[in-house]
Amino acid sequence: MTANGWLQILVYLLAILAVTPLIGRFMTRVFARERTWLDPVLRPVERSIYRATGVDETRDMHWTEYAVAMLLFSGVSMLVLYVMQRVQQWLPVNPQKFGAVTPDLAFNTAASFTTNTNWQAYSGESTMSYLTQMAGLAYHNFASAAVGIALAIAFIRGIAQKERDSIGNFWVDLVRCTLWVLLPFCVAGTLLLVSQGVVQNLRPYDTVTPIDSKEQVIAQGPVASQEIIKEWGTNGGGFFNANSAHPFENPTPLSNFVEMFAILAISAGLTYTLGDMTGSRAHGWAVWGAMAFLFLAGVTTVYWSEARGNPILAAAGADQTTTALAPGGNMEGKETRFGLANSALFATVTTDASCGAVNSWHDSFTPLGGMVPLVNIVLGEVIFGGVGAGMYGILVFIVLSVFIAGLMVGRTPEYLGKKIQSYDVQMAMLGVLVFPLVILALTGISVLSPTFGLASLSNRGPHGLSEILYAFASGTGNNGSAFAGLNANTKWYNATIGLAMLVGRFFMIIPTLAIAGSLGRKKRVAPSSGTFPVTTPLFASLLVSVVLIVGALTFFPALSLGPIVEHLLMNHGQVF
Amino acid sequence: MSHAKQLSIWDPGIVRGAARDVIGKLHPRTMARNPVVFVVEVGSALTTVALLRDMTAGRPGLGFEIQITFWLWLTVLFANFAEAMAEGRGKAQADTLRKARTESIAKRLIGPSVGSGSNRTPYEEVPATSLRKDDVVLVGAGEFIPADGEIIEGVASVDESAITGESAPVIRESGGDRSAVTGGTRVLSDWIKVRVTSDPGHAFLDRMIALVEGAERQKTPNEIALNILLAGLTIIFLLAVVTLQPFAMYSGAPQSVFVLVALLVCLIPTTIGGLLSAIGIAGMDRLVQRNVLATSGRAVEAAGDVHTLLLDKTGTITLGNRQAAEFVALDGVNERELADAAQLSSLADETPEGRSIVVLAKERYGIRGRELADKRAVFVPFTAQTRMSGVDLNGRQVRKGAADAIGRFVAANGGAMPVNLQAIVERISRSGGTPLVVAERTRPLGVVHLKDIVKGGIRERFNDLRAMGIRTVMITGDNPLTAASIAAEAGVDDFMAEATPEDKMRLIRREQQDGRLVAMTGDGTNDAPALAQADVGVAMNSGTQAAREAGNMVDLDSSPTKLIDIVEIGKQLLMTRGALTTFSIANDVAKYFAIIPAMFSATFPVLMTLNVMGLKTPESAILSAVIFNALIIVALVPLALHGVAYRAMTAEALLRRNLLIYGAGGVIVPFIGIKIIDVVITALHLA
Repeated sequence: MTANGWLQILVYLLAILAVTPLIGRFMTRVFARERTWLDPVLRPVERSIYRATGVDETRDMHWTEYAVAMLLFSGVSMLVLYVMQRVQQWLPVNPQKFGAVTPDLAFNTAASFTTNTNWQAYSGESTMSYLTQMAGLAYHNFASAAVGIALAIAFIRGIAQKERDSIGNFWVDLVRCTLWVLLPFCVAGTLLLVSQGVVQNLRPYDTVTPIDSKEQVIAQGPVASQEIIKEWGTNGGGFFNANSAHPFENPTPLSNFVEMFAILAISAGLTYTLGDMTGSRAHGWAVWGAMAFLFLAGVTTVYWSEARGNPILAAAGADQTTTALAPGGNMEGKETRFGLANSALFATVTTDASCGAVNSWHDSFTPLGGMVPLVNIVLGEVIFGGVGAGMYGILVFIVLSVFIAGLMVGRTPEYLGKKIQSYDVQMAMLGVLVFPLVILALTGISVLSPTFGLASLSNRGPHGLSEILYAFASGTGNNGSAFAGLNANTKWYNATIGLAMLVGRFFMIIPTLAIAGSLGRKKRVAPSSGTFPVTTPLFASLLVSVVLIVGALTFFPALSLGPIVEHLLMNHGQVF
Repeated sequence: MSHAKQLSIWDPGIVRGAARDVIGKLHPRTMARNPVVFVVEVGSALTTVALLRDMTAGRPGLGFEIQITFWLWLTVLFANFAEAMAEGRGKAQADTLRKARTESIAKRLIGPSVGSGSNRTPYEEVPATSLRKDDVVLVGAGEFIPADGEIIEGVASVDESAITGESAPVIRESGGDRSAVTGGTRVLSDWIKVRVTSDPGHAFLDRMIALVEGAERQKTPNEIALNILLAGLTIIFLLAVVTLQPFAMYSGAPQSVFVLVALLVCLIPTTIGGLLSAIGIAGMDRLVQRNVLATSGRAVEAAGDVHTLLLDKTGTITLGNRQAAEFVALDGVNERELADAAQLSSLADETPEGRSIVVLAKERYGIRGRELADKRAVFVPFTAQTRMSGVDLNGRQVRKGAADAIGRFVAANGGAMPVNLQAIVERISRSGGTPLVVAERTRPLGVVHLKDIVKGGIRERFNDLRAMGIRTVMITGDNPLTAASIAAEAGVDDFMAEATPEDKMRLIRREQQDGRLVAMTGDGTNDAPALAQADVGVAMNSGTQAAREAGNMVDLDSSPTKLIDIVEIGKQLLMTRGALTTFSIANDVAKYFAIIPAMFSATFPVLMTLNVMGLKTPESAILSAVIFNALIIVALVPLALHGVAYRAMTAEALLRRNLLIYGAGGVIVPFIGIKIIDVVITALHLA
């Protein structure tokens, strides 16, 4: 670990801190339908969309109606993407003449992009036409991100309002989010990335002969425009298989910084929006603090573990110390232009959020270094988290924290004046249950099956277990990053991970919306000094403990047979 | 009930009874109500079947398996024992109550019964159990009142010690606020006609017995929510353990059913699961011990949530009567002389006000009370006509009374009232006191300042309440000036002067509109609507039947400060549940460190690095964790029954304290406990 490395990590966190109130306040205004500086341009566009679609922008929805609208929208979008992949050979803008995508892969990909997972069982550059990439996948990058943010806003409205049945209009939230929050930054970000060398064209692939005189096909396409929404909407699906490690996606340290910044900016901003809309900015900052703590714990562990390197190599005489000329540590699967600190940081950021973009291979990390991304995912991706998804995810944990805290101070638990009652606890527990149920059950079935489960696994032993566990965690958590080492483009994995993504998204959303509806109907109880305050460091640390305990207690046995035992074995000279 | 002796936690009778009940509770239908313990029972049954299979297969060396199975069953029994203990304590109190409910004969009146003004009305003798609502019975001296009811005619002194524990008889009479009588109490003198207000089985005593026995115990809202949380956690751990087997098989280390069930039972929150119902019953029990009867556990919980307490001034904040606080002498009169005269005039005055004058004179000026019989004194008692009292002694005529009455007395004797007297009287009135003018024949001497005396320690209690975030509002019929001065002295947050029942109602509604929960006490019929509107309405047992039915609690002692106790009990109930839940979950950390290395050390010896407790063998490690898990339930029974220590402090401070004790403590304690058990069972060669 170097001072320079730490400085970069610190600068990154400070940038996120600085942008939090700006984006947060902006989103409050956008979703409260207050005036913003973008209105002169966007308001006419918005109006014409409503006119064309017949949406009444003043009508608010009950949470069930909101949920149905969201499900309908997602369902139809998913179907369109599935069909588009199946018929792309007949559609235009396909210079490479890619054929139809297989049904299981098309289902998996459609589920993946609809759920904001962007798990890619395929290589983009050799599977998807430019039209599929732009109209199919990139469209979902916007839509699924907007859906997530809309849901988070609906939840926050539920907390903020009192004795109201409705939690906003899904269509309005969706449109405003896309127009105001997603598009403007993407336009600016695309230009910024292009300035760094990210490609943006519609040309067929070039065939060149580099100096080693072996012919090489240079894949390219409309990358920059897709790249920025990949991070800004925490989608993570790369244009190329190598994702953000590819020089056409992420050429320079500056582009790397922009991409990492884009991943957490909205989610961090939402903590401020939470405080802003509920009238307790201090609460928003307390949640931010809890997230930042978990973020720092994660990045420290990865950085430390990767910088420490592999003791077996050290014993064999390899020099893994960091010097001015050598990055040192464990550089397997990492890009030299990013080095240890930025690889560790990217891995933490992408799994704290449900992004899944990668600039290094998590599979090649040291066991503990690789465990952190996995743990980040199974904790529910609530460390800032995916756009919107991180917010409603942490709100479920907040409900549980507040419930326990409320009992311990001798009152019926309440959260910002809303009583947390059995229905809310029930829904929160349902939301929390989805994760272990899907991840552990599917991993359990897979590791027992030598044919469909283990056949496409390249590593055995604890590392193999980590690879399968990571795949299902990534799918269920809608992360989309791959630990790799597992060929997931098989009928079994395409089907199960596809299912895991759908369950992990929508079975989480429905209980969450139910809580929002239930809280929105409640009276607001006046606060007093007998009310447990949700604005203090004590609250933040309680929240951290609840997140860690629920996650750790659930997954500790599985982790102990995966990365933990692998780490201990590595220290004793055995690797997998 | 207060005479129902304070039972020690490990009262032998109760422990014996609880031990008997334990087995009966094993019925799956009973167990299914408690999902956590039910899972333990199913797990125990599973290991038992596996054990029998192994035994019939003649597998040697089943010592570990037998012990695991034994301790798993013990875990179930301990959880049942905790509940049985709580119920046993309730039953012991119920038995005391039951003795009061003697099967008596009632004299049911026949025909027109009211208004005869006499106890010579025709009646028939029927068993008390056959009485129905609206029957009218006659109860004479020495007879038991056969059912709850309202006096419609007559006045009697009643011994209510059976329910209140207070041995002094109380007066009950028709009309007014003291007309309610309780079945099982006894008329000592005179006769009354009582209209029965409850059907048999629904009387006060019956409800009380059912409540303390836990028979009518319904889960309270917070308890239901907590149960859902615990059930959810149980399912999560069930998943974690069930899926561990495939992972273990993949890793080449398949586990036996004993080890898996042991891990499961250690992880699920058995501590709180086993103690949850005991906590609820014990909370109710604590209320009953303080002579408060709640109609539901819900009301007790609501008490813990209260934001605003409406407290009647008289009896709650101030002593029932005004007392002398100051002698204000007129110009040219020695203060001592005034005190002497005031004392003299009060020596025969047995009212609390009179006695307080005697005491004050003695305290301030060392004037001792004199035996007046020697001095041929003639007492002039207070009458509604004269509105003064005093004494004639050796030709002296000393009088004390209201200013105008004394003015007339002085004028009648040819004297006159000085101008500045009126100023003193007005000043005292304005400050909320009662001025009592003292005069000797023609000569006014000065004024005794009578004032409300705020109860000792009440200010501190209000401070405590404020720390807990509870506002106190004093309700009084006094004028705003008087009310303000008392409010300031007592340290209440707010007051309502010249309060009418409608004002009270408005205040409660307004508070509730702002999202605050309100608690109040009341006794009169005109309190009934407010009692019903309040979130926690505590009716005085001495009050009317209407009040008693409107409230959701009845205070058998009729002590107005009881409300504060009730709030504390409500809070303590929730805190105990929260603390034990936290403790239970925090315990899991140590159990993982005990069990996980033990499970896989045969395949991955490196995992022994996680064996931070240095437990001897894998078997001893797992067994120690299971034994600790079982024993901790019993160890925490006293805490569950007594409730966690309650301190008046802000929520933030309270949470910090409880997180430290039950959260951090919950992480640390099992590390120590499991290590000790491991040492012991290794020494005993049990594993």
